[in-house]
Amino acid sequence: MAPLLEVRGLRVALPTRRGPQLAVDDVSFDVDAGEIVGLAGESGSGKTMTAMTLLGLLPPGARTSGSAHFAGTELVGLRRRAFRDVRGRRIAMVSQDPATALHPILTIGTQLTEHMRHHLGLSAAAARARAVELLADVRIPDPEQALRSYPGQFSGGMRQRIAIAVALAAEPQLLLADEPTTALDVTVQAGILRLLDRLRREKELAVVVITHDLGVLSAVASRVHVLYGGRLAESGPAATLLTRPRHPYTRGLLDALPHPEAAAAPLRPIPGAPPSLGAVPPGCPFHPRCAFAQPSCRVDPRPEAVPVDPGHRLACPPDPLRGRPAEPVAAVRTS
Amino acid sequence: MTAPLLRLRDVAVEYGRGAARVRAVDGVDLDVRPGEILGLVGESGCGKSTLGRAATGLEPLARGTVEFLGRPVEPAGRRRRGADLRRLQMVFQDPYASLNPRRKVGELIADGVVLGGGRRADGLRRARELLERVGLPGDAVGSYPHEFSGGQRQRIAIARTLAADPACIVADEPISALDASAQAQVANLLSELVAEASLGMVFVSHDLSVVRQVAHRVAVMYLGRIVEIGDTATVWSDPRHPYTEALVAAIPRADGAGTLPVDLPGDVPDPAAPPSGCHFHPRCPLVQDRCRVQDPRLEPVAGRSAACLVRAPGSGNRAGAVPLTGPGRP
Amino acid sequence: MTVAESPLDPPAGVPAGERPDPGAAAGGPGRTGRAGRGSRRSPWRQPLAVTGFVVLALWTLVAVFAPALAPYDPDAQAFDTLQAPSGAHLFGTDEVGRDVLSRVLFGARISLPYAVILVVAAMLIGAVLGGLAGYFGGWVDAVVMRLADLVFAFPGIILALAIAAALGPQLRNAVIAVVVVSWPSYARLVRSLVLSARGAQYVVSSRLLGASGLRTLVVDIRPNSAGPVFVMAALDVGNAVLLLSGLSFLGLGAQPPTAEWGAMVAAGAQNFDRWWVGLFPGLAILTVVLAFNFVGDTLRDVLDPRTAREVRA
Repeated sequence: MAPLLEVRGLRVALPTRRGPQLAVDDVSFDVDAGEIVGLAGESGSGKTMTAMTLLGLLPPGARTSGSAHFAGTELVGLRRRAFRDVRGRRIAMVSQDPATALHPILTIGTQLTEHMRHHLGLSAAAARARAVELLADVRIPDPEQALRSYPGQFSGGMRQRIAIAVALAAEPQLLLADEPTTALDVTVQAGILRLLDRLRREKELAVVVITHDLGVLSAVASRVHVLYGGRLAESGPAATLLTRPRHPYTRGLLDALPHPEAAAAPLRPIPGAPPSLGAVPPGCPFHPRCAFAQPSCRVDPRPEAVPVDPGHRLACPPDPLRGRPAEPVAAVRTS
Repeated sequence: MTAPLLRLRDVAVEYGRGAARVRAVDGVDLDVRPGEILGLVGESGCGKSTLGRAATGLEPLARGTVEFLGRPVEPAGRRRRGADLRRLQMVFQDPYASLNPRRKVGELIADGVVLGGGRRADGLRRARELLERVGLPGDAVGSYPHEFSGGQRQRIAIARTLAADPACIVADEPISALDASAQAQVANLLSELVAEASLGMVFVSHDLSVVRQVAHRVAVMYLGRIVEIGDTATVWSDPRHPYTEALVAAIPRADGAGTLPVDLPGDVPDPAAPPSGCHFHPRCPLVQDRCRVQDPRLEPVAGRSAACLVRAPGSGNRAGAVPLTGPGRP
Repeated sequence: MTVAESPLDPPAGVPAGERPDPGAAAGGPGRTGRAGRGSRRSPWRQPLAVTGFVVLALWTLVAVFAPALAPYDPDAQAFDTLQAPSGAHLFGTDEVGRDVLSRVLFGARISLPYAVILVVAAMLIGAVLGGLAGYFGGWVDAVVMRLADLVFAFPGIILALAIAAALGPQLRNAVIAVVVVSWPSYARLVRSLVLSARGAQYVVSSRLLGASGLRTLVVDIRPNSAGPVFVMAALDVGNAVLLLSGLSFLGLGAQPPTAEWGAMVAAGAQNFDRWWVGLFPGLAILTVVLAFNFVGDTLRDVLDPRTAREVRA
């Protein structure tokens, strides 16, 4: 079976004062129906721009190449008008801040049903019934009452659940979740992650979770793609990638996380900061911050993500972490 | 044991008036000692930030006392903050909001010296030293805050407080707004500064996993009250309050095992109408009948203190009338 | 950072993704560049802005060089009355035989400087009172804002009329009257700016370092609140020109024989069939008022929150 979403060699150039600059550079990944895939990286890694491409929401003047094949539709180069049938209807989005996704002075009911009536052509009564169902799905207590309420009457976690309900209103096949839990408390985050996982299992929903938090991806994602400076650094099954990271950047991200299981120890940050748009160094974009960098890493061509194991791709020709034991990363940190 | 730098006793903070009055902080006792980082964790709306602001005298107290180096801390109002309180400083969450965008970094940091009666030239010299201390080039004094990234700005904000030669810093979510690797960098910087200068620090955060890495002691807050407090390692490895337990279980582990974190159902109740008895009882998996009527007190249990009738049934909790025991190490 | 910022801001209505701050991680000296000054919409590309600036520049030149530019003495009643525009008198002559062109040119020396002076005065008075009211609150706030309410309770022109009439018909008194009706808008604006800035974290952190309230007002709050006040002032100069001319039109401002546009329009109204008497000073008022509005709008665009965010990021 072909994947629901097949991204191949995606490039996005954004207009800047110094001419177009690549924000996304040769990114490829697949998403199957009923699968949660993670895009990981820090600010400026290109993860959000990838999502914006799939939603047809790139800023004016952006240029794209490559392909993003979504259930029979090619999204790269799709005209704005045609994108309207895809966005919201077949591909929906949930953002970090539910406050921006919900209209503050429209009731939850209006926001949910407008969407359905517009996209699905349901009658008012049918839309209302389905809205109640959706709110129950995302575990909003007393959905009937919630329909008459305004977003401000709910807590942050509840608002994010409602935003997910709105996103799901038109029965999309793919949900793009950009830092969906970053603004939430851990207890609420746990609820949202469980909700995404349940939607995936029960409704065959495909989800792309975009985050810098590898812990979140470990919980829900089956495959993880780590982006750095607009390029794919490493991608593979979550279980392999998070226990035996091969790219020094993936390793660095893991080391910078506090590890619940390990003894308390100072965090090990990656030195420096990620490159900004148009200032990506030549060669491997990560080389200035990499402890394993070799002279060959500092010159073009940029390393390509090549298969190193089944389903595991790596853009690091020296591959310094190959064959490292599958020890928990934290064990290294305590030394 | 050294005397605490910062001493809070029975602190309560209230917002609003009359029937709409909300008790954001309700009877909190805390001590912060030199060289110690005290983590203050809880969900949003639990009152941890309000408590942090009350500890620095930014919120008027409805009840109780805050003492810094033996002197009472009071909101300055319109008056100038007393010189003795200059050594009690605060680092804010949003490094985009805590630095005046129209002033140069050097001037901002020099304020710490100038406002203490120092000369501007000395302030600028100190600014260079402090910038280098926090890992930025000294010539950043001539730049404006917007020329820096979030993590760099947070370092500048930290340098600014250091210029006042603080003895104690309240850091309110100092790394939550930062990027992954900047979080670790700033957290480590704060740890180093505390160790170097024997500062006391209150580290307010919603992220128990971060607090656990930097804090020596941790206090867990729920709906304005401290429900568990003790050495970080003890509380973390063996939480006794069911709420602390839920917080620990909800942290996603980046272990690739695909384990879903444990959900704590329900929301933090409206602080204007807190539940009767133990505030946590509507969400508590261990709830018993008496939890709905009886207020639990912080009681020593297994090397820390917890306010739970089920898990920490101390004398106070049994009788329900024994005065508060001190927090901290029993 | 730099230019990456604006493109990272998704189109309106689209939820913002990651915080638009690709350089957010701290680190070594690798400082991120200045936020995109150049990407800001340049005012010089907008026709209205350019028109406004050019018109104002021309009127300023006219005001400065009026004696050299005017063909005749503006006060000399040396010609036949009410002549239609001709080669000798491009704008014709008025009811007592003065050259209208010369009087319009000299009128710039009254309307522009007085309007600017009165706006600056209203702005200073309003900003200081509003700033104090916002920062100190309590009785200071109560007194200042009740005074402001008192002024707001009357239509501006009526109150100005009453004050000007009470003080006596004189240009100086008209200016004082307009200042009295204008300062409350500034006080209210500055008060609200100060109120919102007072709780700003950078102000709180200065207070924690031991800064006095007055110092934070001057050092921290003033520079961050100045933008909107200047925009208001720029838009207000046009109003001031109108109000002053209005008072003169009603005989309460500039007194004969001063060449003042409002008074000249009044003369035109008396001689309605001789259109040139009132039209040309009227056009002068119109162009100045419009130009100040264009310039004010442009300032607002340059200083608006969207641009501010760009600087912030």
